[in-house]
Amino acid sequence: MSKLYVTLLGKSVRRIARLRGNGSALPGLFVEHIDPNFIRDILSKLPQGVIVISGTNGKTTTAKMVVELLESQGLTVFTNRTGSNFTRGVAAALLADVDLRGKLHADIAVLELDEAHATHFVYAIQPKYSLILNVLRDQLDRFGEIDYTTNLLRTIVEQTTTAVVLNREDRRIADLAKDTRGAEVHYFGLDESLLRVFPSDDNLRGETPKPRAQVPADVTLDSFSDNRASFTLGTTHMEVSLKLNGIYNVYNAAAALAVVRSVLKDTIDIPKLTKALENVTPAFGRGESFTIEQQKLELILVKNPSGFRLGLQSFLSPGVATMIAINDNYADGRDMSWLWDVDFRSLAKEGVSQVSGVRGYDMALRLQYDDVSVDNVETKIGKALKRFISNNSDKPMRIYCTYTAMLEIRRALRKSTYVEHIA
Amino acid sequence: MSKKEIIILQLYPRDMNIYGDFGNTLTLKQRLSWQGYEPIVVDYNPGDSFPENVDIIVGGGGQDSGQTKIQDDLLTIGNHLKELAEKNTPMLMVCGLYQMFGRFFKTADDITIEGIGLLDIETYAKSERLIGNIITTSKEFGSIIGYENHSGQTFLGKGVTALASVRIGAGNNTKDATEGARYKNVIGTYLHGSLLPKNPAIADHLIKIAVINKYGQFEGMPINDSFALHARSVASTRPR
Repeated sequence: MSKLYVTLLGKSVRRIARLRGNGSALPGLFVEHIDPNFIRDILSKLPQGVIVISGTNGKTTTAKMVVELLESQGLTVFTNRTGSNFTRGVAAALLADVDLRGKLHADIAVLELDEAHATHFVYAIQPKYSLILNVLRDQLDRFGEIDYTTNLLRTIVEQTTTAVVLNREDRRIADLAKDTRGAEVHYFGLDESLLRVFPSDDNLRGETPKPRAQVPADVTLDSFSDNRASFTLGTTHMEVSLKLNGIYNVYNAAAALAVVRSVLKDTIDIPKLTKALENVTPAFGRGESFTIEQQKLELILVKNPSGFRLGLQSFLSPGVATMIAINDNYADGRDMSWLWDVDFRSLAKEGVSQVSGVRGYDMALRLQYDDVSVDNVETKIGKALKRFISNNSDKPMRIYCTYTAMLEIRRALRKSTYVEHIA
Repeated sequence: MSKKEIIILQLYPRDMNIYGDFGNTLTLKQRLSWQGYEPIVVDYNPGDSFPENVDIIVGGGGQDSGQTKIQDDLLTIGNHLKELAEKNTPMLMVCGLYQMFGRFFKTADDITIEGIGLLDIETYAKSERLIGNIITTSKEFGSIIGYENHSGQTFLGKGVTALASVRIGAGNNTKDATEGARYKNVIGTYLHGSLLPKNPAIADHLIKIAVINKYGQFEGMPINDSFALHARSVASTRPR
């Protein structure tokens, strides 16, 4: 079948799927079925090739940063922005952007790929660049073990043709340097003074983080406080004030800078880059803020021990009311063991106002063992949210939630007319 | 009068701590202190000298890389652990250390990895991973609720009894519906979740034995387990 027909048909399916309110995967599935080479044919024609971003934590926000940073440098960028990070999601996103001849008007593609699906993808389309963020204990019930996930990420590194960008401070990721097949290796890293702030899963119990500074990094995060951060890019020093919440997002900014630097090398326009970085807002649900009756309500997505720990550390502030909502649907991970690898003692002083989600009682039980008081447990999220807001309307509020719990909370917030979305 | 001390030894917390195994240590520690005792948690990592006085021992699972790191060390303290088991020391070994407390683990490449043989069990690597929520039943502890995630399949010898029989899930293997193993006061199991917070009956069993071993009698105060009870009833309705 000719590219024109495939594209036309795919675009029609996409329109119908959207009218019916379906997700992005169906049109992608359709196109993949009638033309399995659809994605490869289009992406292989891009002048600057493909950047693949993978790892267990922070892909979505990092991909968003990389896109905006590249755009600041004058590139036209294609990305799978919908958060549907599978091959089919890529096909669906392409359908929206290609012209009828199946040509994509872009210089470069930035694709966020789930580690399990990335391997399948990179065999079909070798990325020019890859950025591997981390491998944290995540969704182990889906993939088995960290070592296994590392092997999936290794395949991406092996298939990358020009440059691989790795997290120097994550031992398993840094070790992937030896698996490149001709691609250059670049690192992003932390100044030694920040190592203790970002414990890896290996430092959970006992092991103190060891500096890996013997390997020079292309980009380092040197310091941060509140929303100010400083980075070193090669020999250039950058001071920025960020709109991103949370220290993990600040470190991901170093990752984004490093991959952008490996694409543009010395042609980078630093003032434009700095401005773009300062304007990046968090991706969907990753540190979003709402205003309710003049009070700020923050949503913080948590999906694994490291993310939850960093979330608790980043957002420490007295006088904020806390709610935690834990679901155990497939997308959240079914195993509740991970809650026991998070230290909740920082909440002991203020207590937790509301606990919710299908596994709300698992969460309450976890808090009991850290001597954190719990005012109320209500497994139904809509009900719990109402209760939480009405009991705390005089102070800022913060909700830590798993993925599907976050979707429910957003839906409920959208329904209430007094909510204003600010970021 | 000062409070009565109970020493909890965590076996290899640095390398064998996957799947929230720390939850078991924390549960023992907190329940002891809520019951009026003075818990002391001691870590044992490869190369450390083994502490003289130990009242309860807990150990967890690891990735393959973690397991390789501790294997030689475990063999050097194996006899000592056996002596402690003979002296009725309560122990809880989950997943990886459960397997290594057995006689051997046979890998997919047919390599036999020697265990310490404290438990009369044998484990064989299989390609199928047994993952999901699991509910088992034991005469002594009632329903035991947790989560399993392992590809080794364990078979019990005559020297041990099963901890429980499987109601939903896989357990030791895909053949005989047994889960875990017991020898004297040593419990081995595949259940995470973590195990002890949601199964306080097992936690209190280990605590009671440790206290009686050391002080002759147990005078614990009751604990409010309503969150645990609710969490158990929710967990038993969730898909595998």
